[in-house]
Amino acid sequence: MTHSDHLVTVNLGPTHPATHGILQNVIQLDGERIVSAVPTIGYIHRAFEKLAEHRPYYQITPITDRLNYCSSPINNIGWELTVEKLLNVQTSQRIDYMRVIIMELARIADHLICNSILGVDSGAFSGFLYLFQHRELIYEIYEEICGTRLTTNIGRIGGFERDFSDIARQKIQKFLDIFPPALKEFESLFNRNRIFMDRTIGVGAISAERALNYGFTGPNLRATGVDYDVRALTPYSSYSDFDFDIPIGESGDTYDRFMVRNEEMWQSLRIIDQALRRLPAGPYHVDVPEFYLPPKSDVYEYMEALIYHFKIVMGEIPVPVGDVYHSVEGANGELGFYLISDGGRTPFRLHFRRPCFVYYQAFPEMVIGSLLSDAVITMSSLNVIAGELDA
Amino acid sequence: MMVKLLDTLQLPIVSRRSTFGMDEVLIAVEDWIKTFQVLHANGYSLLTDLCGAHFPESDAQYHVIAHVHNLQINHRIRLKTVARDNSNPQVPSLTGLYSGANWMERETFDFYGIQFIGHPNLTRILNSDDMTAYPMRKDFPLEDDTRDDKKDEAFGR
Repeated sequence: MTHSDHLVTVNLGPTHPATHGILQNVIQLDGERIVSAVPTIGYIHRAFEKLAEHRPYYQITPITDRLNYCSSPINNIGWELTVEKLLNVQTSQRIDYMRVIIMELARIADHLICNSILGVDSGAFSGFLYLFQHRELIYEIYEEICGTRLTTNIGRIGGFERDFSDIARQKIQKFLDIFPPALKEFESLFNRNRIFMDRTIGVGAISAERALNYGFTGPNLRATGVDYDVRALTPYSSYSDFDFDIPIGESGDTYDRFMVRNEEMWQSLRIIDQALRRLPAGPYHVDVPEFYLPPKSDVYEYMEALIYHFKIVMGEIPVPVGDVYHSVEGANGELGFYLISDGGRTPFRLHFRRPCFVYYQAFPEMVIGSLLSDAVITMSSLNVIAGELDA
Repeated sequence: MMVKLLDTLQLPIVSRRSTFGMDEVLIAVEDWIKTFQVLHANGYSLLTDLCGAHFPESDAQYHVIAHVHNLQINHRIRLKTVARDNSNPQVPSLTGLYSGANWMERETFDFYGIQFIGHPNLTRILNSDDMTAYPMRKDFPLEDDTRDDKKDEAFGR
């Protein structure tokens, strides 16, 4: 009897509740064991790189929202930092700290979704219910700062469109007060839970060497024991001012990824707390009138503001020529922007280095030989976000 | 310091420059694999990114750009190569050295039609399999070209 006679093909996706996004895995099973897995992606490809070649720089920020839509502000700010690097704009400490607060909130929101949904996928629904309401608090903070919740389009090239209001500060403080007990409760439900540990330890493991070879970054790489974090190795946006630890795992399995993300939430809380307490006074945007859209009221009243508004919108301001690569520590890993500028109003070429896209190709290697139900939690703990996968 | 680092590696460099704080080297397409073997052996074990670019006005139109990262000394290098034949651009595949190159090269093939020689499964990845065009090429229009109500000029582009 040949081996393939008794194999069963299972389509996991494209619209399966366990994939949490539109992506497909064609899995071949020998009994309960996975023999092969073929990921098919591209279901929500929206041609962002092509689109970006036809948009002026400031109009690309809303495109980046839709990459990893669980932590849009990190994408937005990553893009703004890339353009600021191209334009050689130095931001003030206040802008940096405001950005750090927002990016760390976004990281918490992202990890919180990933970990609580991992619970759901492994059969523990209650953790999700405890944590998920706190994402709402983060979204309320976004809403107070930039007016939107999911696709934030936060900030501008050169800073922010408005300062943190008193309400925004209160809401951040409220989050810092309310979230830690909830996270503690969540951890007490999972961390030493016998069933959860049996379910996740040794599942979907990958060695540090293989993970690096696959281009893993972020929590998934750190779970294997490599302490690579862009925030620490190449600090941007004044991350060097803050005290934080980089949690690492050991075996690179689902449990380690879960634990690394949990610990990162604590570290993010630490960073936000430091940044909020030491938030310096100063302008909330840089004085670069050639690139920062003036307030609308000024456009109506002042000739200079009107001229700059017109020039920015019509793209009549030359930008430096050259290649820029800038990366930030996204919630899933190194989120890079590779930009080729030819001096025109739009990028000549813009490539997004999406961490999901890079590490998801290791999925077959991680699940072959394991059970079908293990494939589900492995995918869940990798935090594959379809928007970032497909661009 | 950065210049020294590159010198010690003795890469087969055609030309080099430094832009916005990153070393950038141009490698002949024949030396592409050899260069990465040297880099991989010297600790540049993270292939951060690999993508293509299309320069319709230059003689050799299709470029492949890769970023490698040495985590121990925190040094990044950007490497570029140029495919010789514009009608059938070919670049050797890095999949033998970096498993992560697999999808990156598929994506580059999908959007630019650059053939990666030695790739185990060079098929489209984000676009549909029956697509015949390579949509990131500069001559591929953004808008559907059967429509005339959305001409680019009308939008100041």
